[in-house]
Amino acid sequence: MTGFISLFQAAVVFGTVIMFGAVGEIITEKSGNLNLGVPGIMYLGGIASLAGSFMYENYTENPSTFICVVIALVCAFVAAALGGLIYSFLTITLRANQNVTGLTLTIFGSGVANFFGGSLNKLAGGVGQISVAATSSGFRAGLPLLSRIEGPIGKLFFNYGWLVYVAIVIAILAQWYLNRTRTGLNLRAVGENPATADAAGINVTAYKYFATCIGAGISGLGGMFYVMDYTKGTWANDGTIENLGWLAVALVIFTTWRPKNAIWGAYLFGILYWAYFYIAGLTRSSQEIFKMLPYVVTIIVLIMISLRKKRENQPPEALGLAYFREDR
Amino acid sequence: MENNVAVRMQHITKAFGTKVVANKDVTLEIEKGEILALLGENGSGKTTLMNMLSGIYHPDSGEIFVDGKEVHIESPKDAYALGIGMIHQHFKLVDVFTATENVALGMDKSKAKNRNAIAKGIKEICDRYGFSVSTDRKVYNMSVSQKQTLEIVKTLYRGANILILDEPTAVLTPQETDKLFDVLRNMKADGKSIIIITHKLHEVLAISDRVSILRKGEFIGTVPTKEATVQSLTEMMVGQKVVLDIERPLIENKKKRLVVSHLSCLNKYGVRSLDDVSFDAYGGEILGVAGISGSGQKALLESIAGLQEAQDGSSVKFIDPKTGEESELVGKNVLQIKQMGVALSFVPEDRLGMGLVGSMGMTDNMMLKSYQKGVVFADRKTPKNLANQVKDELEVVTPSIQTPVRKLSGGNVQKVLVGREIAAEPSVLMAAYAVRGLDINTSYTIYRLLNEQKKKGVAVIYVGEDLDVLLALCDRIAVLCAGRLNGIVDARTTTKEEVGILMTNLRKEGE
Repeated sequence: MTGFISLFQAAVVFGTVIMFGAVGEIITEKSGNLNLGVPGIMYLGGIASLAGSFMYENYTENPSTFICVVIALVCAFVAAALGGLIYSFLTITLRANQNVTGLTLTIFGSGVANFFGGSLNKLAGGVGQISVAATSSGFRAGLPLLSRIEGPIGKLFFNYGWLVYVAIVIAILAQWYLNRTRTGLNLRAVGENPATADAAGINVTAYKYFATCIGAGISGLGGMFYVMDYTKGTWANDGTIENLGWLAVALVIFTTWRPKNAIWGAYLFGILYWAYFYIAGLTRSSQEIFKMLPYVVTIIVLIMISLRKKRENQPPEALGLAYFREDR
Repeated sequence: MENNVAVRMQHITKAFGTKVVANKDVTLEIEKGEILALLGENGSGKTTLMNMLSGIYHPDSGEIFVDGKEVHIESPKDAYALGIGMIHQHFKLVDVFTATENVALGMDKSKAKNRNAIAKGIKEICDRYGFSVSTDRKVYNMSVSQKQTLEIVKTLYRGANILILDEPTAVLTPQETDKLFDVLRNMKADGKSIIIITHKLHEVLAISDRVSILRKGEFIGTVPTKEATVQSLTEMMVGQKVVLDIERPLIENKKKRLVVSHLSCLNKYGVRSLDDVSFDAYGGEILGVAGISGSGQKALLESIAGLQEAQDGSSVKFIDPKTGEESELVGKNVLQIKQMGVALSFVPEDRLGMGLVGSMGMTDNMMLKSYQKGVVFADRKTPKNLANQVKDELEVVTPSIQTPVRKLSGGNVQKVLVGREIAAEPSVLMAAYAVRGLDINTSYTIYRLLNEQKKKGVAVIYVGEDLDVLLALCDRIAVLCAGRLNGIVDARTTTKEEVGILMTNLRKEGE
């Protein structure tokens, strides 16, 4: 039982990182933009939140936890949204190839983040020295009252930092937005068939920009959650964020572009990813095979989708294509 | 300005790039409560002109007046605000949305309503003009005619008083066309202005009040339909006298070339797109294939050409005209079939989808058929000569044979495609929708080419949409309905009605 509880807990924390990443990417992809820069964007969100709160904590006598949290949130969201803006400008305005742009954004994001991560460590006094204890504790604070629940229920469901619940709320809101609101309908139309949306009087460019930047901002919160909660306010140049970013992209496919599926899908990915830790008798090398379970599951989902041939489960029809009104 | 003029377009000029002038100083008027036909050859700028009215393009110069006031239409939204709605040739519908969702798209906040209210509004429009739309059906489950109906309803729902229909009958059966025309007449009686872009002359005469004619981007004139005849309109459209009869030579002692028996195919969703089809095709004959679009035409041609896998039990026997040898085509690959002389010239809906590579020039596209020749290096000289020959003989309008074919107008692309297939000297030539979207002159060039092939003893299989043409051009017509062969009729003795009924009513087994 304790084994399962700790696996579940690890899965939830792990899953929250990719849930942010995937929900943001779903919103982006619903506009027809296939942003493969998710890992880079999560890097940008992570490093910006760390840099912001580090500056504040270091140069203030008694840092207020609340301000720490706000600074980290704003820095992460804005930096990630800027990444989305770069992507939007290149692919929407200049109509650059989306795949190439996304991949280079990943390289760019990880480069920027690791450069500043190293610098911050140096500022703090050496490798692995950086720590934003106040901010991290602010993020790891649980829900009021509920976090005091004892026993397995409390441990399974209420023993996490509040961002875990925010991620679920964002996923539900995204689901509701896409399917129940008029602008959500318009956004989906843009991703399915931009010419149709255009002829219906929808501003295709504006929708694509907004969806990509907001989506990137949400993905960036995943990077922040990783830095603040998962690694407790430290920085390591070990490329974990990039791995998580690709898992988020895989999760988007796994959910068949439905944010609500990202909630359980993310935790399932977490369980699959950490399963090796709880299986007895694995060597270091056989562990690695188990770590790829989330990808295997994604491939199985892809196969099932293409066998079932249901139109609703397909990616947005114009995904990956640039739109130009006067194209002939 | 008079009160009953709904729209006036004045001195409109629009160019694409520096070379192509799509519209030159065009002036056009549409009155309230009339149906205006906009007639012109392919590439004469009909659609471009209307796209400027619907906000897709902007004119380089000229003015547009709506209800006597000058307006600037910057986007489709502006057009809707002025009550102008366009039904495009390629429907502007989102496949995975329901009918209601498609209607709800892009509506202003002020008009925003919940889905039930929109569905109710759709029903009211349907009752008023005599449509039927199932509001909860997804677009991908709809037939072409249902999609078109939805497009019209959508436009009306958004308050359009001026409707532009771009080639609305191109994909409809005769019966569906009649139904559409009834609805258009209802709308006209209701005071709406309707512009219908078309090149089918008998439809112009049947439905319109006045006809405006464009030729090569220039405005030729507007005439009341009552005073027009097929001959007079054609001359205005083409600028010269045209012989309108399609030639149909009778070839004696035709030889069996292709024996198709029990041919069945599955589509990508695992449904039978072609079901147990059997027929013979003869050299020296044009066999027409009629049917509502999506009745299995594509599967039929592609499975003969080896592009689609046929189900077990299917057989296509090819009889070599020289040796008389029989060979089975099912199971052979595309290349082997092609080398035996079975050519497929399929013009899909997007024209460039099959057969031609849009970003390549004419030469390179000719080469696609001959790249296997030559040992290491490809031979470029022969295809270049061929490209020049096709360009001259079929009067392809292109700046040079190196210009990417995607920059050519639809008719010219089709000429390149058909020209290349014919140049390969096939013994079976399959052409689908070879004149889709083409003007009279180009269409007749294509008919002439097909007849030349027929006279040479080639077995021509022609999949067409226009029943008038099928009846005039073909020797026999095979009618497909829902993937089954619903009958083969003699084109010389049958009637349009007989073929129309075969297209829509599947006969029961054993009848």
